[in-house]
Amino acid sequence: MAIEVNGKSIETDEEGYLVNLADWSEEAAKILAAQDKDASDNPFELTNNHWEVIHFLREYYDEYQIAPAVRVLTKAIGKKLGKEKGNSKYLYELFPYGPAKQACRFAGLPKPTGCI
Amino acid sequence: MLQTVNKSPFEKNAMQSCLRLSPQGSAVLFYEDGVYAAVKGTRFESQIKEATQQFSVYALLPDLEARGMRAEDVIDGVKTVDYSGFVDLVADNGAVQAWL
Amino acid sequence: MDDMEGEGTIKKFLYLNRKAPYGTVYALESLEVVLIGAAFDQDVSLAFVDDGVYQIRKNHNTKVDSGIGMKDFSKTYRVLEDYDVEKLYVEKESMEERGLTKDDLIVPVEIMDRAQMAALMAEQDVVLSF
Repeated sequence: MAIEVNGKSIETDEEGYLVNLADWSEEAAKILAAQDKDASDNPFELTNNHWEVIHFLREYYDEYQIAPAVRVLTKAIGKKLGKEKGNSKYLYELFPYGPAKQACRFAGLPKPTGCI
Repeated sequence: MLQTVNKSPFEKNAMQSCLRLSPQGSAVLFYEDGVYAAVKGTRFESQIKEATQQFSVYALLPDLEARGMRAEDVIDGVKTVDYSGFVDLVADNGAVQAWL
Repeated sequence: MDDMEGEGTIKKFLYLNRKAPYGTVYALESLEVVLIGAAFDQDVSLAFVDDGVYQIRKNHNTKVDSGIGMKDFSKTYRVLEDYDVEKLYVEKESMEERGLTKDDLIVPVEIMDRAQMAALMAEQDVVLSF
């Protein structure tokens, strides 16, 4: 599978995750997001709150070479962005298909280890 | 003849067999987990030092660096090579004997 | 794995790591199992013995441009704490015959001598060997 970003074809796996981390760009993230639907069945659009988590995940991956499990992500977000964001209610509202799974996909990371 | 060793000397006896059986004057290249043999401070250091008297000993630098070691960590007398150096060794030495 | 489903039973799990990284896939596989297993709230310890000590050596450089082009998963050992995996042990003899000290390691560990390591293994419910 593949997505088209600025006229360039980028490879994704069968679940829609980027095959190569380095292919990611904000433009790619928008296109990956638009493949999903939001609560009103419109293409998923990324707000500043989404970007904050997406960039957090990319930095986390760069530092630890891993996409964190949900409970680890929640704790880490809390440390970095504050308690009101470091809870699963907030993160599931932002990413209804699962903060780890969906946000990681938009961030161009592999599926989190241990995620089924 | 180029002799290559890609197993850790702590785990397999490939390095021992290579050093025992290779003809004098051979080039010996350590790569992948084999590079641990070429590093200072291990219990194999004196053996490798001796081997440098008999053989031209090399270690593949990208494999050293991947495992957290640098060129200056290798035993005196062992030369580091990059991938193109590996190719040159193969080209210059004709036959390759891989000690797996 | 029926045993794991017994509610409230916490068992002692030891992951025994004995292989160098990159040359074979054992080290990475072990780490992934540890991270997945961390969801089960067991009493988990990691032991690094023989070439396993090399897994947690500092300064790995596996970049594509200058290196072997594999993922540097040594960085991931630093998140084990976030996964509540906090008991890491290294066998002293294995470390010493490789010319390494505690300062060469990427994460804080407890150093054990051979007898202590044997005792640690003896007190486990499950030992997973990689």
